[in-house]
Amino acid sequence: MKKYTYTEKKDTRSGFGAGLHEAGKKNENVVALCADLVGSLKMDAFIKDFPERFTQVGIAEANMIGIAAGMTIGGKIPFTGTFANFSTGRVYDQIRQSVAYSNKNVKICASHAGLTLGEDGATHQILEDIGLMKMLPGMVVINPCDYNQTKAATMAIAEYEGPVYLRFGRPVIPVFTDPDQKFEIGKAWMVNEGTDVTIIATGHMVWKAIEAGEKLAELGIDAEIINIHTIKPLDDEAILKSVKKTGCVVTCEEHNKFGGLGESVARLLTTELPTPQEFVATNDTFGESGTPDQLMSKYGLDAVNIVEAVQKVIGRKKA
Amino acid sequence: MKHTIKELEDIASQIRRDIVRMVHGCQSGHPGASLGCADFFTALYFEVLNHKTDFTMEGKGEDLFFLSNGHISPVWYSTLAHAGYFDKSELATFRKLDSRLQGHPTTHEHLPGIRIASGSLGQGLSVAIGAALAKKLNGDHSHIFALLGDGELQEGQNWEAAMFAPFNKVDHLIASVDYNGQQIDGPTSKVLALDDLQAKFEAFGWHVINTDGNDMQAIVEGLHYAKTLTGKGKPILNLMSTQMGAGVDYMVGSHKWHGTAPNDEQLASALAQLPETLGDY
Repeated sequence: MKKYTYTEKKDTRSGFGAGLHEAGKKNENVVALCADLVGSLKMDAFIKDFPERFTQVGIAEANMIGIAAGMTIGGKIPFTGTFANFSTGRVYDQIRQSVAYSNKNVKICASHAGLTLGEDGATHQILEDIGLMKMLPGMVVINPCDYNQTKAATMAIAEYEGPVYLRFGRPVIPVFTDPDQKFEIGKAWMVNEGTDVTIIATGHMVWKAIEAGEKLAELGIDAEIINIHTIKPLDDEAILKSVKKTGCVVTCEEHNKFGGLGESVARLLTTELPTPQEFVATNDTFGESGTPDQLMSKYGLDAVNIVEAVQKVIGRKKA
Repeated sequence: MKHTIKELEDIASQIRRDIVRMVHGCQSGHPGASLGCADFFTALYFEVLNHKTDFTMEGKGEDLFFLSNGHISPVWYSTLAHAGYFDKSELATFRKLDSRLQGHPTTHEHLPGIRIASGSLGQGLSVAIGAALAKKLNGDHSHIFALLGDGELQEGQNWEAAMFAPFNKVDHLIASVDYNGQQIDGPTSKVLALDDLQAKFEAFGWHVINTDGNDMQAIVEGLHYAKTLTGKGKPILNLMSTQMGAGVDYMVGSHKWHGTAPNDEQLASALAQLPETLGDY
C-alpha cells in the first residue's frame, strides 16, 4: 500500500475559496454570486479583490440561479455559492431550465454537502444532490477529496465551457493530494495500485478509503484505490481496466446509495463487465444532528465499513 | 418613428394570422395571450428595440429581450421571422418533430433570437436581471426588456427578483407585465388575485408605468417613454393591460383560449377578421 501522509487538515470549502480567488485573478470574466453565506463558502478573498464582480443575492437561491444564467449571456462565468441542499433540491427547476437545458456556463458550487455538515441536522445535510445533478443532461458533476484537489477543480471548471456542479464540504480533513496537481475533468486518479479489489471513492470518502487500504494490507488484501472526483462524465476506461484486474468493486460516497456514484459504477459494470459490487453509502435515509465523526460512524461511512464491504465482496467473487 | 402606426398595425395583423395558423396547424399551443401581445411584440421589435437580426448570443451593443411566459411562443416566433431572424416558412414547423420552433422557446435547437429557455414559469425576470448585470460589467448601456405573464406573478421567484433589482439599481431593465387578467383555471381575480400590482411593484422600488397593450400608438409611446426613464436608479415596470385573444372576436377576454387550438371553421372565422398584409407563410 502506497504511503499517504499529511501535515495539516483543511476544509474543502477553503479549497474552493482559494481556487475561486485564483480563477478570478486569471480571468476577468469570472464572477461570483452568493445567497447570504459568504463566510461559509470562503468567498472573502475573491470579494476583497474583485468587489465589482461579486453579487450578494440575499436568501433567494432561485433568483441567484436565474441571475447567474443571465450573466453568462454577457460572457461572464458565474460561480454560485450556497450550501449543497440549497444549491440543488431547492432550485432544481431553475437549474434544469435556465442552466442545463439552456446550456449556460454556470458553475454551481455547493458546500456543506452530506452528513459532515454535522449539528444542523437533516434539513441541511443533503444526501441526494449527486443523483439530482447527474440526471440533468449535459451537467458535469465533481466531488473533490481534499483542499488541494478542490482548489484545482475550481480553477479547472473556470476553463471548461458548460454547466458544472461542484460539491464540497464543511469539516477539516487531511490534505494529502499534490498542491500543484493538474485537475482533469473526467479523469480518475489512481490512488493505489492493487490486485484483489477495486475501491472507488469520491469526496471525503477518499481518505477513508486510504485508511481502509492500510488496514486491508495488514489483513493481506491488496486493494486498488481509485479516486473518482468526476462522477459525470465517469471515467469508464479507468474503472473497467481496474475491475478487469481485480474482479470486484466497492464504491464509497457520502451520499444516498440510491442515485450516487455507486449506481453510476453499477450501470457501467452491468452493461460492460458484470462484477460483484458493494456500496458504502447511506441507505435511503435522512441524517440527523451530531458531530461529523459521530454521523459518519453511525451511518456506516467509516474505514471499518469499507474493510467489511471489501471482505464481503471478495467472498462473493470467490463464490 | 421607423414605421407609421398603420404600418405597425398591419404587421401585427399578419402576426395574428400566423399565430392562429400555427396553433391550428399542430392543433396545440397557446393562442390567447399570443394574440393579446401581438401589438407589444410588433412595437418592440419593429420600433423600439435596438437589435440586429444577425444573431449573436451576447448581443453586444444591442438591446436584449427575454420572454418569461414562454407559452406565448407563437407570437415571438412570428415576430422574429418577420423581423428577419429566420425565414417565415419555418413557422409551419411549430411544435412538430425536429423543429427549431419548440412548444416553448429554447436555445437547445439554436433558433436565432432566443437566448434562454422559458416555459416553466417565473424564471425570466431573474435571467433578465443577470443579463443586465453582465452588460453593466461590460460597460454596455443597452436596454434589457422582459415580458412576464400576469398569472406567472404567482410564482415566488418573481418577487425575489422584484426585490433584488431596485436594491441593486438595475436601471436599464424594462419589464412589461401582460396584464390580461386570465389564467388557465379562470380569471386571476378568482384563482389567486394579483390585486394592486402597481402598488406592489412601487413598494418594492420600481418605477411603474401603465400602458394599453392593444393600442399601437399607446404601446409604442409607452415603450419609448420607458426608455427615457432608464439610467435613473430604478428598474421600470410597464403594467400593460391587454385582452386575451385580441383581434379574434370569439376569443377575446376568455381564459378558455389560453391553450386551445381553433378547428377549421374557427380558423376561417379568425382569418376573415385579420387582413393578410405581409403574405402568409
